[in-house]
Amino acid sequence: MAKYLLLKHYRGIPEPVPGTDVPMDRWTPEEVTAHMEFMGTVIDDLKERGEFVDAQALSPRGEFVRYGGEGRPPVTDGPFAETKDLIAGWMAIDVESQDRAYEAAAYLSSAPGPGGRPLHEWIEVRPFLTDDAEVTG
Amino acid sequence: MSEPPRPDRAWDGTLRDLGPQVLGVLVRRGADFATAEDAVQEALLEAVRRWDAPGGAPSDPKGWLVTVAWRKFVDARRSASSRTQREIRMTLEPPPGPTEQADDTLLLLSRCCHPALSPASAVALTLRAVGGLTTAQVARAFLVPEATMAQRISRAKKTVAGERFGEPGDVRAVLRVLYLVFNEGFTGGPTGRADGVDLAAEAIRLTRQLVDAVPDDAEAAGLLALLLLHHARRDARTTAAGELVPLDRQDRSRWDTAAIAEAVALLQRALARDRLGPYQAQAAIAALHDDAATAEETDWPQVLEWYDELDRLEPRNPVVALNRAVAVGHVDGPLAGLRLVEALPADVPRRDAAAAYLHERAGDLAAAARRYALAADVATSTAERTHLTTQAARVRQQSG
Repeated sequence: MAKYLLLKHYRGIPEPVPGTDVPMDRWTPEEVTAHMEFMGTVIDDLKERGEFVDAQALSPRGEFVRYGGEGRPPVTDGPFAETKDLIAGWMAIDVESQDRAYEAAAYLSSAPGPGGRPLHEWIEVRPFLTDDAEVTG
Repeated sequence: MSEPPRPDRAWDGTLRDLGPQVLGVLVRRGADFATAEDAVQEALLEAVRRWDAPGGAPSDPKGWLVTVAWRKFVDARRSASSRTQREIRMTLEPPPGPTEQADDTLLLLSRCCHPALSPASAVALTLRAVGGLTTAQVARAFLVPEATMAQRISRAKKTVAGERFGEPGDVRAVLRVLYLVFNEGFTGGPTGRADGVDLAAEAIRLTRQLVDAVPDDAEAAGLLALLLLHHARRDARTTAAGELVPLDRQDRSRWDTAAIAEAVALLQRALARDRLGPYQAQAAIAALHDDAATAEETDWPQVLEWYDELDRLEPRNPVVALNRAVAVGHVDGPLAGLRLVEALPADVPRRDAAAAYLHERAGDLAAAARRYALAADVATSTAERTHLTTQAARVRQQSG
């Protein structure tokens, strides 16, 4: 088994499929509900398959922070500029193969948007580095 | 794939109830809290090992646990210091009666909610030492690894061990911690219940124990009433899919009327003592909401009077000021409420949501949609974020 992180972005993704990048507050309430229910379905499905590790959503509000030097407060840079890549949340999964990870990501990306049509949202798929060299057998 | 559930052993629940009681006995005998808590945990583990064997369960489980925990406590102290060991007198006491039981609960709660502890530490320690939950259960409830929670509890015990205790009972501090436990369960939504620990119910159970211990404390009764009044609406607060349903749109037939009746009776007795505090005032507001058959029938002038009272009790509390502004919006019109909202600092939680709500009531749907979207941006939970996004969508749809 191998772990993968499926990342959803608020922005900073490749060019969206035309007609799918309408902000969510411009959808109908029913479309929002259908979308959120689908997210729940994806998680249930992963749990059912024994592949689910974690899912978290992130607030779009945040800042960059770094060490400011001895005795000085942390230095901050933010809020994030409009052009910056912005992560919206993630699902961590533990699956048999990269193919299966891509399949799960594609399923997540098929979440319904305006008009109930699939959003085709880009999902960033990142393999976890393991702690140890893998021992097979 | 999952294993068949193991049938509950008859004494599983007993152990959970007995753990805190036994700890109370040890602490009352003069054992220091941190060492006693470890000793009780060890005794509970030993009980799990031994009582499972045929004929292994003792006829007096509590007496058994007290004996074993006390022995473990003495062993721990002996190994820690032979000098202090000599100061410990083995005492054999009769099992405590109900009064002592209530005193013990207060004693334990005041240690677990000591003001030297951070809120998160006090909550964790309370749930384990007084609530009788395992570290694993507390960890699951707060979505952190078990080792992290074990460490948090262990550090909390060290902090408490270094504090001096006089009279048992800073009741105020205990109330604050129980309120936090409840809120944690309340905002957790339905997913918070999935892993078997219902923090809201747990907070109510512990607050009941506290009220038994300090029956004359009006604020303890006020807190219990407040928690019951909020808990009574829980089933109506979310849809099957986990979406939030605001108070004015809830199906009121799904409210727990027995809980509301109990809370109102509690509150009336508390208010009659004429020792008003913030929990009683908040409970009075919740009771007015729960008392209305429909949202339109809410007695907003009286709600506002209670917010005025709360504002006097907790001046400069921006959350109170924001809620009061919404009540003003219902009594004097949405624009009057909006003026108060906009005068509050921008970083007051839910300020945009309140402004959106009042704009909508004032008929300015474009402004309402804009503020709901802003509110969604700063929401602190997924459920709240989804709810506010949906509100924005709904208002935008209405404005066409």
